[in-house]
Amino acid sequence: MSKDNQILEEFTSKEYEHGWNIDIEADQAPKGLNEDIVRFISAKKEEPEWLLEWRLKAYRAWTKMKEPKWANVGFPEINYQDIIYYSAPKQKAKPKSLNEVDPELLETFKKLGISLEEQKRLTGVAVDAVLDSVSVATTFKDKLAELGIIFCSFSEAVREHPELVKKHLGSVVPISDNYFAALNSAVFSDGSFCYIPKGVRCPMELSTYFRINAANTGQFERTLIVAEEGSYVSYLEGCTAPQRDENQLHAAVVEIYAKKDAEVKYSTVQNWYPGDKDGKGGIYNFVTKRGICAGDNSKISWTQVETGSSITWKYPSCILKGDNSIGEFYSVAVTNNMQQADTGTKMIHIGKNTKSRIVSKGVSAGHSQNSYRGQVKVMKRAEGARNFSQCDSLLMGDKCGAHTFPYIDIENKSAQIEHEATTSKIGEDQIFYCTQRGIDEEKAVALIVNGYCKEVLNQLPMEFAVEAQKLLALTLEGSVG
Amino acid sequence: MLSIKNLHASIEGKEILKGINLEVKPGEVHAIMGPNGSGKSTLASVLAGREEYEVTAGEVTYMGQDLLDLAPEERAREGVFLAFQYPVEIPGVSTTNFLKTALNEVREHKGLEPLDAVSFLTMMKEKMKLVEIDQTLLSRSLNEGFSGGEKKRNEVFQMAMLEPKLSILDETDSGLDIDALRIVANGVNKLKTNDNATIVVTHYQRLLDYIVPDYVHVLYKGKIVKSGSKELALELEEKGYDWIKEEADTTTT
Repeated sequence: MSKDNQILEEFTSKEYEHGWNIDIEADQAPKGLNEDIVRFISAKKEEPEWLLEWRLKAYRAWTKMKEPKWANVGFPEINYQDIIYYSAPKQKAKPKSLNEVDPELLETFKKLGISLEEQKRLTGVAVDAVLDSVSVATTFKDKLAELGIIFCSFSEAVREHPELVKKHLGSVVPISDNYFAALNSAVFSDGSFCYIPKGVRCPMELSTYFRINAANTGQFERTLIVAEEGSYVSYLEGCTAPQRDENQLHAAVVEIYAKKDAEVKYSTVQNWYPGDKDGKGGIYNFVTKRGICAGDNSKISWTQVETGSSITWKYPSCILKGDNSIGEFYSVAVTNNMQQADTGTKMIHIGKNTKSRIVSKGVSAGHSQNSYRGQVKVMKRAEGARNFSQCDSLLMGDKCGAHTFPYIDIENKSAQIEHEATTSKIGEDQIFYCTQRGIDEEKAVALIVNGYCKEVLNQLPMEFAVEAQKLLALTLEGSVG
Repeated sequence: MLSIKNLHASIEGKEILKGINLEVKPGEVHAIMGPNGSGKSTLASVLAGREEYEVTAGEVTYMGQDLLDLAPEERAREGVFLAFQYPVEIPGVSTTNFLKTALNEVREHKGLEPLDAVSFLTMMKEKMKLVEIDQTLLSRSLNEGFSGGEKKRNEVFQMAMLEPKLSILDETDSGLDIDALRIVANGVNKLKTNDNATIVVTHYQRLLDYIVPDYVHVLYKGKIVKSGSKELALELEEKGYDWIKEEADTTTT
C-alpha cells in the first residue's frame, strides 16, 4: 500500500506536471473531416466493411446535425475542419511483451507514474493503456482470459470478436444520438472493449488510462462494456493530459450493456488539462456515457470525480429497461479558475420497480461556472419507480457560479421522486476552526471539501479514492485567501 | 508565558478591546469574567488569531515570541489552544480524521514523525477517558448533530489530544447542564500541569466551582477593571456586575 501511495503521490503531486511532450513520429491524417478521412481512418485500422459503413452513416448523420447550444457553457466556435482526426504512434510490429514496446512510450508511462511493470506487480489492476488513440500494451490478459473475460483495445475487439462488437456497438448510444456521439462514431480511433461472460464475477478492477499526446489531435475514444447475465465488473477510467495552448477537443463515447442480474460499476477520475488561470488552453470534454440495464435486476453505477478540462459536457446516464433494475450516479465536479462544467445524469425508468439514485456534489472556485443538469424520466409502464436525487453545491469565493437544472418527467402516478438540493459556502468559521487546530488554510479547504464529497468518494475503489482526494486538494490550491 | 500589554483591537472599525494588560505564568489558571459585550470572547479570538479582528495597538508576547506576528495555525502549533464557544460543524469529516490531521501538523512543526494509526488510536483511547467521550461520537462528522454538551466535551477532548501549553476556554460552560459541566471541568483539571496555563473565559461563577482559578479578572468595556483571587468571583456571583460597572464608570469620568 505504501508503494501504491508513492505512485499516487507522484501521479498527483503539486502543479500540473504532466505538461511535457514526447517525440513520437506521428502517423496522422490531414486536417479536416470528410468521407475520405473516415475511409482513411477505417483503412488505417484495417477495419471490416461493415464498420466502415457504420462510420460513414454516422458521418453523414453528423453533417446534418448542429452542435448543441443548450449547455450552460461558453467557448469560441470550434472549427471542425481544423482538427486532425487520426494520429498514431508508429510501431514496427505488434509487441508481444513490454520489452517490445517503444521505450519512449514506456518512459511516458513512467512519467505519469503508471509504469506498466509496477501496475502489474503492485496494484493488481489490469491496464489497457491508451496513448494517443492506439493501445500499446495490455496486461493481465491471460488471467482474465481464463475466466473468459475479454478486455482489450477496441481495434483488437473488432478483429478478434467482430460478432460481439457488431451486436452491441451503437446499441446504447445510437450513431445519431447527439452531435458529439455522431462525430465520435464517424472518427473514433480506438478505445476499450470489455466483455464479461455469463455468471462471471471479474476478480479485479479493470482500468484504462487515457492520454492525449500529439498536438491538435482530437481524441475520440470508444468504450464498450458488455456484461452478460449474472456477471459483475468494476471498471476504472482515469485521465491526465499534457499542457497545451490550443483547445483540444475530446469527444468520447462509453456504452454499457447489462443483461439480466448483471452489475457494472464504472468509475472515472478525470483530470484533463484545465487551461491556465486565464482559461487559456485546456481540454473540451464532450462525452456521451450511457448504460442500459437491459435485463431484469441489473444494475449500473456511475461514479465520477471531475476536476479537469476547461469545458465539461457530460451526462452519464442509465436506461432502466429491465424490471427491478437500478441506476446510480455519484458525482463530484470541481471547477476552479475559468473552468466550466455542465454535468449530470439521465435516469430513464422504463421497467417496473426500477430505482435510481443521484448524488451530485459540485464545488466551484475562482471564476468558474458549475452546473448540474439532470433528468429523471418515468415512463408509462414503469410501475413503482423510485428516484432519489441530491444535488449539493459548494461555493468558494464570490466570483464563481453554481447552477442546478433538474428535469423531472413523470408519466406513471405510482412513481416516488425525491429531490434535495443545497447550496453552501465554505465558512470562514470552518477554516478558522481548522487553522486554530494547527491545520493550514489549504489543507483545511481540502479537508472540508473532501468531507463534503465523502459520500461520492466512498463509492470509488480505495486506490482511486486516495488519488481523487489528492486531486481535489490539488485542483483547489490557491483558491482561498 | 503570556504577556499582554495595552492591547487594543477592533472589528469593522469598532473598538472592542481598549488596553488589556495581563500576565500569565506556567501552571496558572486565570479566569476572565465580565458582563455581556465586555470583550471577553474578543480577547479569546484575538489571542487565537481570528482575522476579522484588527489589533490597533499593544503587544502580546507568548513564550518569547510576538504572538500577533504568527498565523493562527502557527499559534496552534506553538501550543495555543482555543476551546470554541460555538464549535463549528464540518460535515463528512470525522473528529478522528480531523484530529489526526491536526495532531500530525503539530508534530511536524515540532520535528516529530507523524503518528501511525495504532499509536494514534492508543492515544485516543487514553484521552477519551478524561472527558468520558464515546468512540462512536468521534467517528461521526465533526460536531454535526452533536448536543451542546457533546460539542464542549469534544473541545476538551481535542485539547487533551493536542496537549497545548496555553488553553483558552471560551464560555465552555455555556449550554451545559450540571453533569456535563462537571465532566468537562474534570477533564480540564486533569490536563493541568505545572508547565501549562489556562485562561477560562466565563460569564458565570459556577464553572469556577470546578475549575479553581488562581486569579480572577473582570473585563468591562474592553478593559480589565478589577483583578483578584477566586473570592472575587464569589463576590460577583453574589452582587452581580453592577457595582463593578459603577466603580469603573466613576473612575473613567
